[in-house]
Amino acid sequence: MHEFSYHAPTSVNEAINLLATHGAKARLLCGGTDLIIQMRAGTQQPSCVIDAKRISDLRRLSLDPATGLFLGAAVPCVEIYQNEAVASRYPGLVDAAKLIGSVQIRDRASVGGNLANGSPAADSVPALIALGAVARIAGPDRERTVPVEKFVVAPGRTVLKADELLVGMQIPLPPANASSAYLRFTPRNEMDIAVVGVGVAVKMSGEGCLEAQIALGAVGPTQIVAKEAATYLAGKRLDEATLEHAGRLAAQAATPIDDTRGTAEFRRHIVSVLTRRALLATAARLRPNHSGN
Amino acid sequence: MAKTRIEATINGEPVEFLCEPRQSLLEVLRDVLNLTGTKEGCLTGDCGACSVILNGRLVCSCLVLGLEVAGATVETVEGLAAGTELVPLQQAFLQQAALQCGICTPGFLVAAKALLDSNPNPSETEIRYALAGNLCRCTGYDKIVRAVMDAAALMRQGQGRASSPMQGREA
Amino acid sequence: MATVTNTSNGTYKVVGTRPLRPDGVDKVTGRAKYGADYSLPGMLHGKVLRSPHAHARIKAINVEKALKLAGVKAIVTGRDLPEGENKSVPLGEMSVNPRHLGHNILARDKVLYQGHAVAAVAAVTPYIAEQALELIEVEYEVLPPVMTVDEAMASTAPILDPELRNEELGDQPTNIAKHTQLKRGDIEAGFKSAEIVIEREFRTAMVHQGYIEPHNALATYGSDGRGTIYCSTQGPFEVRGMSAAVLGISPGSIKVVPAEIGGGFGGKTTVYLEPLALLLAMKTGRPVKMVMTRAEVLRASGPTSGSHIKVKMGCTRQGTITAAHVWLAYEAGAFPGSPVAAAAMTVLAPYAIPNVLIDAYDVLVNRPKTAAYRAPGATNAAFAAESVVDELAERCGLDPLDFRILNGSHEGTPHPAGPPYKRIGFIETCEAIKNSAHYKSPLKGANRGRGVASGFWFNAGMQSVAMVHVHADGTASVVTGSPDIGGSRASCAMIAAEVLGVDVDQVRPMVTDTDAIGHTDVTGGSRVTFATGMAVFQAAEDVVRQLKERAAKLFECKPDEVEFRAGTFAAKSNPSTSITIKDLAKRLPRTGGPVTGRAAVNARGVGPAFATACIDVEVDPETGKVEILRCTIAQDAGKAIHPSYVEGQMQGGTAQGVGWALNEEYVYDSQGRLLNSGLLDYRMPTCPDLPMMEPIIVEVPNPGHPLGVRGVGEVSIVPPPAAIANAIYRAVGIRMTELPMSPPRLLKAILARRAEDRTSPAAAARA
Repeated sequence: MHEFSYHAPTSVNEAINLLATHGAKARLLCGGTDLIIQMRAGTQQPSCVIDAKRISDLRRLSLDPATGLFLGAAVPCVEIYQNEAVASRYPGLVDAAKLIGSVQIRDRASVGGNLANGSPAADSVPALIALGAVARIAGPDRERTVPVEKFVVAPGRTVLKADELLVGMQIPLPPANASSAYLRFTPRNEMDIAVVGVGVAVKMSGEGCLEAQIALGAVGPTQIVAKEAATYLAGKRLDEATLEHAGRLAAQAATPIDDTRGTAEFRRHIVSVLTRRALLATAARLRPNHSGN
Repeated sequence: MAKTRIEATINGEPVEFLCEPRQSLLEVLRDVLNLTGTKEGCLTGDCGACSVILNGRLVCSCLVLGLEVAGATVETVEGLAAGTELVPLQQAFLQQAALQCGICTPGFLVAAKALLDSNPNPSETEIRYALAGNLCRCTGYDKIVRAVMDAAALMRQGQGRASSPMQGREA
Repeated sequence: MATVTNTSNGTYKVVGTRPLRPDGVDKVTGRAKYGADYSLPGMLHGKVLRSPHAHARIKAINVEKALKLAGVKAIVTGRDLPEGENKSVPLGEMSVNPRHLGHNILARDKVLYQGHAVAAVAAVTPYIAEQALELIEVEYEVLPPVMTVDEAMASTAPILDPELRNEELGDQPTNIAKHTQLKRGDIEAGFKSAEIVIEREFRTAMVHQGYIEPHNALATYGSDGRGTIYCSTQGPFEVRGMSAAVLGISPGSIKVVPAEIGGGFGGKTTVYLEPLALLLAMKTGRPVKMVMTRAEVLRASGPTSGSHIKVKMGCTRQGTITAAHVWLAYEAGAFPGSPVAAAAMTVLAPYAIPNVLIDAYDVLVNRPKTAAYRAPGATNAAFAAESVVDELAERCGLDPLDFRILNGSHEGTPHPAGPPYKRIGFIETCEAIKNSAHYKSPLKGANRGRGVASGFWFNAGMQSVAMVHVHADGTASVVTGSPDIGGSRASCAMIAAEVLGVDVDQVRPMVTDTDAIGHTDVTGGSRVTFATGMAVFQAAEDVVRQLKERAAKLFECKPDEVEFRAGTFAAKSNPSTSITIKDLAKRLPRTGGPVTGRAAVNARGVGPAFATACIDVEVDPETGKVEILRCTIAQDAGKAIHPSYVEGQMQGGTAQGVGWALNEEYVYDSQGRLLNSGLLDYRMPTCPDLPMMEPIIVEVPNPGHPLGVRGVGEVSIVPPPAAIANAIYRAVGIRMTELPMSPPRLLKAILARRAEDRTSPAAAARA
């Protein structure tokens, strides 16, 4: 591993000043479960590492009845799924937070880091997109917001400029009669990277779907919003034929490639299967006798 | 690169060490503090051999920088036993023959401790998922899972002490 | 829970019990020292520069800039090694070609796989050594890579080794290092008498042993011309011999100290870093420590062969197999030496087949040189043969276990590669599965299926030395040269305790270095409890013999008038005069001095091992993912010395077989670059991927061992891939012929079958 300097600022401003000094050679360290591996492999060679975990804004997890959830960029996954209030309102986010890596990884890795790493296979990102999350970004002059679906622009690349940092994600409070789910396919049962990930959020009225959001992971250079599938579902009963068709539309939106984790053909098929299953899982969560998440 | 002096609590003892930014906690434990019980298996967080408990949470020490543990508490396999007295997890691993080559054992013991600290009565499925970050290539996990179940039972009964070694599990 | 089918006399006091392992406390407290845990004052750190190309000519290597980096102490390249002889030299379990071995340690003119070592650096810190690697300039002429046996065997294939010749092709350059043929009976007549003939073709991917501990070595070299290597190895004497061969020095000038070893499964029976660390220590005069990264382990240690296999087998309608023709082509990797010959000798070993023809090809490809992996060669071959056997049984309308029992090898059946079997337990393993609660229970539910398959492994004897020292307090220590990889200290201590008639906690076993014990072959071939155990047994008997002499002095009788029973010596003529070992030990100084028992064996009488597995699966027909629901494995141990560790071997081998079956594979791109060189994408089973595994220890004593031991380390890996393939067939009606049976592959087959059923009424009717 190459040499670098280490800084542990305690405020966003302090971190922004460090970024201003070190520019593109600086990297933010949250859980380190991607960055440290990349530095060891030499694919990232920052000269300055900024540990974000002492910045209180980035460690904040707060649920506001009016504005919804603020999820600081450095909050580890474990703090999300151990928070019952969050778990009951954002089950799709919790599905993803519970799936990333192993206990060892989830005790360190943050959803913000998962997003900022820019991986098309990041588990939390389809869930965030389906829930309408917005990224809050701090820069030297101002803070700006970017919808999570626009945050990743290419594999490993995001909208973050060299002098900016991701403060966290703002996730609106889901309306009544709405729920969410994230499902992924991996060959192993745990400790694996999504070959396909599907995040859905649905607002229902009885057995009818009023509104749906569907986001796909690992089937394109960035996460993909399956708009046609979502539009198709609005106003439909979620019967088997509808779900099948929604799955097909989602699969059409995917632009997968062949790689060591799966073939394009396989991935496209799995998108349709997981879209159907995720919609069913979400609808099941809204049934009165549903227990747990 | 200049080294920084770090103070932390490791296995209950205050410890000071010098560390450069790129040194991982795993390197600090093994190469600086000579605590070689924590093992290196992959350096990518995929095998769990380097598992330690950092401020009450289970982590891969290969994915933690040494400088990050300033002021923190770290528990390693060397800190499990109180003096020469083995804890129930260690006893159960021996009684169930839950180790063969033993290289993954420290990581499994630490991961199992983290599980039982928060869930004293885990199901088999909960144990399997809690240990998913620890690879073992010798045992097929069967005897490891049994050992964790036995240790949990021993701990629930408040029994630290093992029964006679010969009363393992005769068929 | 385990069932022990105890067919031997139950007169043992220690053998067959389950004491705590003697090295256990060290291993649960972090005190046990593995290779990478050693450090020495003044130690340097070594790193290896590796080829980015799968096949290239080395035009030039420039180390000037790297040598100028502060803290760099030495750099070596292939030119620093003497050119070894290009011929096979016997060395322990295996034979070694010193030239090939040397070229694998450091490439000389050509690199033959991505990750092939090109140079090694010693520096004051690992970071500086890494930085130095970036400063070494290598000029390559990139050549087209040859990645599969099919490509390599084509007449137009690029040639890896221009010097390589095989007997059949004369002076023509080739990638086929060897063609072996085994024949028995009349193959054509055999197929003529068959009423059902099945012919199938199979492919299996290259897989890795997956030991959790990376390769390591720490070497010192003194001005007395003597070197010491501390490392984690299955074969300290092999490390000594191979390192000496590579460096062109005498084996006697090297001492190898075996550290605790974090898994090997055959992969730590050869050398990679050991000669390099010693060479760098010789150059610098300082200790040099080297540890591989995981990516280096996957790219540049020795996985086992991928293969292409064809099986044609015929039987009568009643189910008697009449003929079998097997064609095997195995990836050797960059240098000759795949386990294809072993595959040829194991593939039909469970069955008495009168007419047999087996063709086996050892084929060079631009992949790492393969090394042994648990029953080397047998798993690939059994996947193929046992799938065909399952299909034949089905066509005959026979239960697959009954079909195996009907055709099964037994005492007197000629082994395909040698003399008739002595007493073996193959049929007993089939019967054990047939009688198991698992096999008798119904399997309910959609997309679920149950499969069985069997496997064979030779087991090995070979050379071992053991010493048993008696101490003044009546305790004994057992010293061997066999690294303990899975509980063999426990079995050796138990064997000594049994002979000495003492409690096992009165015996301390230890593994010592190559200066302190006589030549002991590798911990491999399931041989330690068999052969080293035999040496321990004899050394303990030697102790008893010597103690009888001492007791005779005390009793004032002749040694042959002393009886020994349950740890007590007594005069036959006067049973009231007796003395325990413990008391006798105190009297040693006055009866002639210390007592040490010794034995050096070249163990004969190896008892082959058989295993049969029963596995239930559930297939997700929408994703192709296979869940293992239940798994039982029956294995003939001969005699289980420590049943817990026998079960452990059975469970661990089965788990590896499951990984091989479902997800493990080396994935290369078209340029021969390994795409999954980490443990996230090289998918070994994790804890939630497996169920509990039920071991059934079958005990058909090996007549060639004083305690009936056969050796239990390997055969359990052999049946699972075929058992899972057979289970998948019963779950979804598809016979998978390629490993791994990963979700994309299985889903593709399921979808293809569905499409076929839609277009073909006949197929639909069949479904």
